[in-house]
Amino acid sequence: MRKLWFHPCGNFSNRYEQEITIFETDFGRAAALLGMVVLFTLVPFMTGPYVLYVINIIGITSIAAIGLNILVGFTGQISLGHGAFVGVGAYAAAIMATSLSFPFWIAVPVAGLVTALVGMVFGMPSVRLKGLYLTIATLAGQFIIEYILVHWESLTRGTMGIILPSASILGITIEGDRSFFFVIFISLIAMTYIASNIMRTRYGRAFIAIRDNDRAAEGMGIPIFRYKLLAFGVSSFYAGVAGALLAFYLISISTEPFNLGLSVEYLAMVIIGGMGNIAGSVFGATFITVLNEVLRWLTDFLMNAGILEGFQLNVAPLRELVFGAAIVLFILFEPRGLAEVWRIIRSSFRLWPFSY
Amino acid sequence: MKAYRGRPSIFSDELQKEKAAELEVVNLTLNFGGVMALSNINMSVKTGELFAVIGPNGAGKTSLLNCITGYYRPQKGKIYFNGEDITNVATHDLIKCGIGRTFQNIELFPGMTVLSNMLLARHIHCRYGFGPAALFAPSVKNEEVRHRRILEELIDFLEIQPIRNQLVGSLPYGLRKRVELGRALALEPKILILDEPFAGMTLEEKEDMVRFLIELNEGWGQTMVLVEHDMSIVMAISKRIMVLNFGEKLAEGNPEEIQNDPEVTRAYLGDDTTL
Ligand SMILES: Nc1ncnc2c1ncn2[C@@H]1O[C@H](COP(=O)(O)OP(=O)(O)OP(=O)(O)O)[C@@H](O)[C@H]1O
Ligand SMILES: [Mg+2]
Repeated sequence: MRKLWFHPCGNFSNRYEQEITIFETDFGRAAALLGMVVLFTLVPFMTGPYVLYVINIIGITSIAAIGLNILVGFTGQISLGHGAFVGVGAYAAAIMATSLSFPFWIAVPVAGLVTALVGMVFGMPSVRLKGLYLTIATLAGQFIIEYILVHWESLTRGTMGIILPSASILGITIEGDRSFFFVIFISLIAMTYIASNIMRTRYGRAFIAIRDNDRAAEGMGIPIFRYKLLAFGVSSFYAGVAGALLAFYLISISTEPFNLGLSVEYLAMVIIGGMGNIAGSVFGATFITVLNEVLRWLTDFLMNAGILEGFQLNVAPLRELVFGAAIVLFILFEPRGLAEVWRIIRSSFRLWPFSY
Repeated sequence: MKAYRGRPSIFSDELQKEKAAELEVVNLTLNFGGVMALSNINMSVKTGELFAVIGPNGAGKTSLLNCITGYYRPQKGKIYFNGEDITNVATHDLIKCGIGRTFQNIELFPGMTVLSNMLLARHIHCRYGFGPAALFAPSVKNEEVRHRRILEELIDFLEIQPIRNQLVGSLPYGLRKRVELGRALALEPKILILDEPFAGMTLEEKEDMVRFLIELNEGWGQTMVLVEHDMSIVMAISKRIMVLNFGEKLAEGNPEEIQNDPEVTRAYLGDDTTL
C-alpha cells in the first residue's frame, strides 16, 4: 500500500497523478467519507420531519446551485434565468410522469436532458452578447419560459398545476421525507462528483479560460461559442434534475415558484457561496435556504407576538432586505464567499496545535 | 523527480518531420475605415525557415499576423497554409491546423498559474470526449498525466521550473513573455508566430530568449515568423526578412541585403531628401 497523505506543513506532490485528485490528501478523503457515513446513517434518523424537509430542500437546491455556478462562476456568463430552467425541469418531469407515465428514474434524467436543450436554446444569444447584455437576454428567457408555462395550458395545465404520481425505483416506492432524503443526497453526491470531474478536465479548463480572457481562449484552439453553449447545457441539466426531484418530492407543482425571484436567489447562492467553487454552491444553497426559513419563522413570530402592530411596520420586505444586505456584505468583505471562509478555517487547523 | 535534459518529446525528429509549414500570403489588403493597414502584401514562408517581419511603428506588422491567425479579416487577398485556403477560417480552427502564436501585449491568463496557462494549450491535443471526462475514466486520467509530463519537458527547456506554480500575474514582464512562448510551444504548432517576443526584456532575458529561438529553429527545425524591433537580434537569427512601411512591402531579402537597402534605411532614419 502506498503511503497515506496527512496534512504535511506544505503541499508537496511528487507524482503528477496527485495534482489531479479531488481531495488533496488522504486525510481530506477520509474526512469526506466519514461525513458521508454520518450523513446517511444519522441525519435521516435523528431529525424531525420539518428539519428533514429543510435538509432535503437544501440538497435539491444545491444541485441547481452547482449548475448555475458552472455557468456563472466558472464560465463567466451571468444568467438570470436559472429559476425558470428549474421550472422547465419540474414541468418536464411532471408531464412525463403523468401524460407519458415515465417511471421516476427515467423521468428525472430525461427532464435534465430536456432542460439542457432548452438552456442551450436560450444560451444562443451568447454568440454575440457578453456581460450585462447577455444577462438581459437571459432575463428575457426567464419571462418567456414563465409565460409559456402559464399559458400553454394544454401541456402544463396553466395555473392549475400538476399532481405527480408517487415515485418508485425498481418497484420500491419512494415516499416521505426519509426515502427522498436518500434519493436526493445520492443524486447530489453524484452530481457534485461529475461537476468536479468536468472542472479538472479540458472542458472545465476551457470554461475558465473563456471567463478570464476569451480572446486568448480562442488562441488556444477553444471554440468559444460551442463551449458557452455547452456551459449553458450542463448548467441547465443540473437545473432540470433539481427541478424534477423537486416536483416528485413536493408531489404537486405550479408555475408560481419559478419566477425571477428564484433566479435572483440562485445567483445569490453562487455569490455568497463562492463563485467558481463547487463546494461553495452547497454552502450558498444551505445559507440561503436556512436564511429563508429563519426569516419566515421570525416574521411569523413577530406577527403573532403583536410586536409590530405598534410600529405599523410591514414585515414582508424584511426578507428581501436581509437578502440584499447579505449579498452586499459578502461582495464587500468576502468576495470569494463562504467557500473561502471555510478554507481559512481549515488551514488554520492544518498545523494545529502549532499554528501561528 | 528526474530532472530532464535535452529536447522535449513533442519536438522529436519524427514529429518535426511531419510539421510541414508552407505559408503563402497573396495580395493581402486590409483597411480600417480609411486607414490602410496593409496593401497588396505578398509573402511566402517555407518549412524550417525563420522569417522576420520588421518595420517602424504602425507599419502593419501586427495587423499582418492578426490576418494570418484569423483575428482580422482582410478585405482582399488570400492566405494559404500548406496549400489550403485559410483566409476565412476561424482562429480556433487555425490552431488545429498548426498555427500558434504569441501576442505583442501578452494574452496570458493572469489569474492562473504558469502550469494552468500551459495546460490550456494542450486543449486541442486532449483525446477524450465529454462523457468519459464527466466520469473521469482511467483513460482520461492517463491522458491528463501524459500532458502534464509533456509540459514538464517544456518547462525544463525554458528553465522556468521554479515558477511553474506561481500566478502569471505576479511575474515580471520578461518572464511572462517566456511563459507565453512556452504556452505557444505546448500547442505543438507547425508554424510559430511571435509578435515582439523581446519587447521590454532585460539584456540577460533577451540572451536566454535568443538561445531558445535558435535551438528551436536551427536545432529542431521549427518554422517561425518573427516580428521584432531589435535589429541586432533580427539580423543575427533570421534567414529572410520582409520590411513593411505604412502597410506596404518595402523590401524582402536576407539580412545582408536588407541592411544595405537604401529604401529601408530611409524608412527607418527618415526621408532626408525632404529636409
Ligand atoms: N483594430 C484596429 N482598428 C483600427 N485601426 C487599427 C487596428 N489595428 C491596427 N490599426 C491601425 O493599423 C495600422 C497598423 O497597425 P499595427 O498594429 O499592425 O502596426 P505594427 O507594425 O504592429 O506597429 P508596432 O510596431 O507599434 O506594434 C496602424 O495605423 C493602426 O493604427
Ligand atoms: Mg505591433
